[in-house]
Amino acid sequence: MWILPSVLRQYGILGMNRRNVSYISRYNMRSRYPLVDDKLKTKLLAEKFKLSTPKLRGVIRYQYETAFFSEMVQNLDGFAVKPSKGSGGKGILVIKGREDELFIKTSGRKVDISHVKRHLSNILAGLYSLAGVPDSIIIEDLIRPSKMFEQLSYDGVPDIRFIIFKGYPVMAMLRLSTRASDGKANLHQGAVGVGLDIASGKGLHAIQYSKRVYNHPDTGLGLDKIEVPDWKNLLLLAAKSYEMTKLGYVGADLVVDRNQGAMLLELNARPGLSIQAANGTGLIPRLKIIESIDPDLYFTPEERVEFSMKTFSSALNIA
Amino acid sequence: MKSKLPFYLVIFGLILVGICVAWHRHIYLKVPFKPGMDKSVWLIEARIDFAAYGKPVKVNLDLPDHPPGFTMVSEQAASTGYGFSIIESPEGRRGEWTKREANGSQTIYYKVQVVEDPEVQTLIRFKKNPKPKKIYWDLLQSVAAHQLVEQAYDKSSTPLSFTRELVKLISSPEPDQNASLLLSDYSLTNLLMMLLNHAGIPARLSMGLELEDARRYQSLKPVLEIFYEKKWTGINPETGIEGFPDNMLLWHREGKSVIDVTGGRDSEIRFSMLKQTLPAIDLARLQFEQNGFSKLNLYSLPIEEQSVFKLLLLLPVGALIVTFMRIIIGIRTSGTFMPVLIALSFLQTQLFQGISAFVSIVALGLMLRGYLSKLNLLMVARISTLIVLVIFLTSLISVIGYELGFQMGLTLTFFPMIIIAWTIERMSILWEEEGSREVFVQGLGSLCVAIIAYICMDMDIIRHFTFNFPETHLIILAFILMMGQYTGYKLTELKRFGDIRKDF
Repeated sequence: MWILPSVLRQYGILGMNRRNVSYISRYNMRSRYPLVDDKLKTKLLAEKFKLSTPKLRGVIRYQYETAFFSEMVQNLDGFAVKPSKGSGGKGILVIKGREDELFIKTSGRKVDISHVKRHLSNILAGLYSLAGVPDSIIIEDLIRPSKMFEQLSYDGVPDIRFIIFKGYPVMAMLRLSTRASDGKANLHQGAVGVGLDIASGKGLHAIQYSKRVYNHPDTGLGLDKIEVPDWKNLLLLAAKSYEMTKLGYVGADLVVDRNQGAMLLELNARPGLSIQAANGTGLIPRLKIIESIDPDLYFTPEERVEFSMKTFSSALNIA
Repeated sequence: MKSKLPFYLVIFGLILVGICVAWHRHIYLKVPFKPGMDKSVWLIEARIDFAAYGKPVKVNLDLPDHPPGFTMVSEQAASTGYGFSIIESPEGRRGEWTKREANGSQTIYYKVQVVEDPEVQTLIRFKKNPKPKKIYWDLLQSVAAHQLVEQAYDKSSTPLSFTRELVKLISSPEPDQNASLLLSDYSLTNLLMMLLNHAGIPARLSMGLELEDARRYQSLKPVLEIFYEKKWTGINPETGIEGFPDNMLLWHREGKSVIDVTGGRDSEIRFSMLKQTLPAIDLARLQFEQNGFSKLNLYSLPIEEQSVFKLLLLLPVGALIVTFMRIIIGIRTSGTFMPVLIALSFLQTQLFQGISAFVSIVALGLMLRGYLSKLNLLMVARISTLIVLVIFLTSLISVIGYELGFQMGLTLTFFPMIIIAWTIERMSILWEEEGSREVFVQGLGSLCVAIIAYICMDMDIIRHFTFNFPETHLIILAFILMMGQYTGYKLTELKRFGDIRKDF
């Protein structure tokens, strides 16, 4: 259950204090935080840099605009409503279809327009925003996971979290929602985290509630057999976000859409630490390697991905 | 990588300066390191407010005159533009402030420092024994008073035992007809004074000040005294036992009034007091030769401000504990500094009452909030509603507590209502999003941190240091800064990553 600090250090586990002092506050410029804290800004920036992201269908900034919500989503079958400054997946409402006047949530529950509008005004009032400040709403296309991903997860869309350090992908984790996590991909709510090999996108090690698991608790799928297709493209998309934000230490969340392929969902300037538990290994040795690269040299995203795939391959086991 | 040397130098400097200044204060100003080593010194401040209307002003205040149980160390009458003198008259000591012309609202301060000293007895200034006052009653009352005095007289032998019997008759839970008739017109203390005089025992009502640490806006309370065996003795009007209440400083004993103001109106007198632990010898010195370093302490502030600072200076201790709990231990709390504010209010309410009131307010608030979420309110309106509800709940709990005999009513007002409303709001959202478990984890975490902060802030030694050695805060600051650079693991992370690599 408990572990000695010396053992943790030996495994190279990054703790929260060290993450905050030595990485986040050192490599992330405060002035660039809004680029990732505000999902609308991230989205517009991603479009500018030609990084694929779910299509923006509408923005609601003021309370009175909620009256036009029905018209905004008139032609959309499925869509997601998100608080622009939300954190940890809070306040996201995903509608997968319609039935007459009712909206069908991913859980299958049907809700009417007044329920949706209440949710909208909650978001605008800042209920889900990081500091409780008034927020705006993003309406974007529903992501329809590809067949391969769909069968991995119980309800909800699996996403892939990358830790991008100075533009290099250093660690990756696939998050699968479970019955316990209620369709959400949050690890502390019971989602399964599968550590992925940076070199190949193969499942290495998986956890649920910080305990090791081998199969998905609901679908029974063997987690070590997972192999994410088109892996290099995903890495590339994640690595390119560095040019966009210039933030040194970020978490990039990606999804794979049935039709659109890999898409950048959001970025996080304070990425969590559970990715280490999912991978069964620590971040520190990998971060140290990246820190030892001469900062005067510039490498393209392609070169950086090549480097990461070669260096952080599970076959080498550097930690 | 930046060198950390300057940072550590700053830390080292802060600690060094803190320790040196404290040492200097200890050696040269003789401020003791341990609390309670000296007699406690009470600093009492009377503040007189009145409105003047452009005429000559004379303010005449009765001053304490050898109050039993206390020695006066020093007194000061600070008021700009006023002449001041102390007059020793047969009516006692009185202070007189005068000014040729004053306009608008005026404030006069009188400060006195007294040391508890059980040996001190009342100074006898009069030659003749005082005579009982003549008391006038109306027809019904006079019969009742007469009968009561007769009853008590039959069962007693000395003035003291007479007083005791009289108290028994009047303050019994079911007083007889005579007593209840008189009590309907007079207060208990007043009635006793009248009956005693009626029976030929000289008795009077003095005005005393109840001394309690860091109190403000206090007023004088009546104290019953009888003249017996050539001295005035206090009588407890509830029990009839002789002696003055503990920590009661008799302020006004002879003469007609506590305060007379000519040339002004709406005069009001309020008292603030503070307990200090300074050696008595130094008190006088500090009062009269305030130079250089000795000025750098908080004693020179008016007492009202000092009592605020006494509490305020405990906050850094709370902040230090929160920093430690969150960075080193890794306890999750709801709202970063909410626990400190809660701990601060526990200081006023006592721990047990504080916790039970806090938990019940939050629990009831969460239940009401559950209903609010159905109403589909905008957030600001919802939190405003919660604030109103929290205040309502607090009053309700105070009333219920009072009825059950817990004297916590007034102190509950120290709870930070708005913070509690926000806590309820956040916990309720947490409940909806993360489930009840997270709510309990964070709620318990907050409460634990609050209790630990309370225990530390309530310790005599810590209270003593933070107030008497303000430089301690430099050391606290150094510790907080140092923790800000801590990059090691949190204690809770040792469990969080406890299963890593068990079978890898």
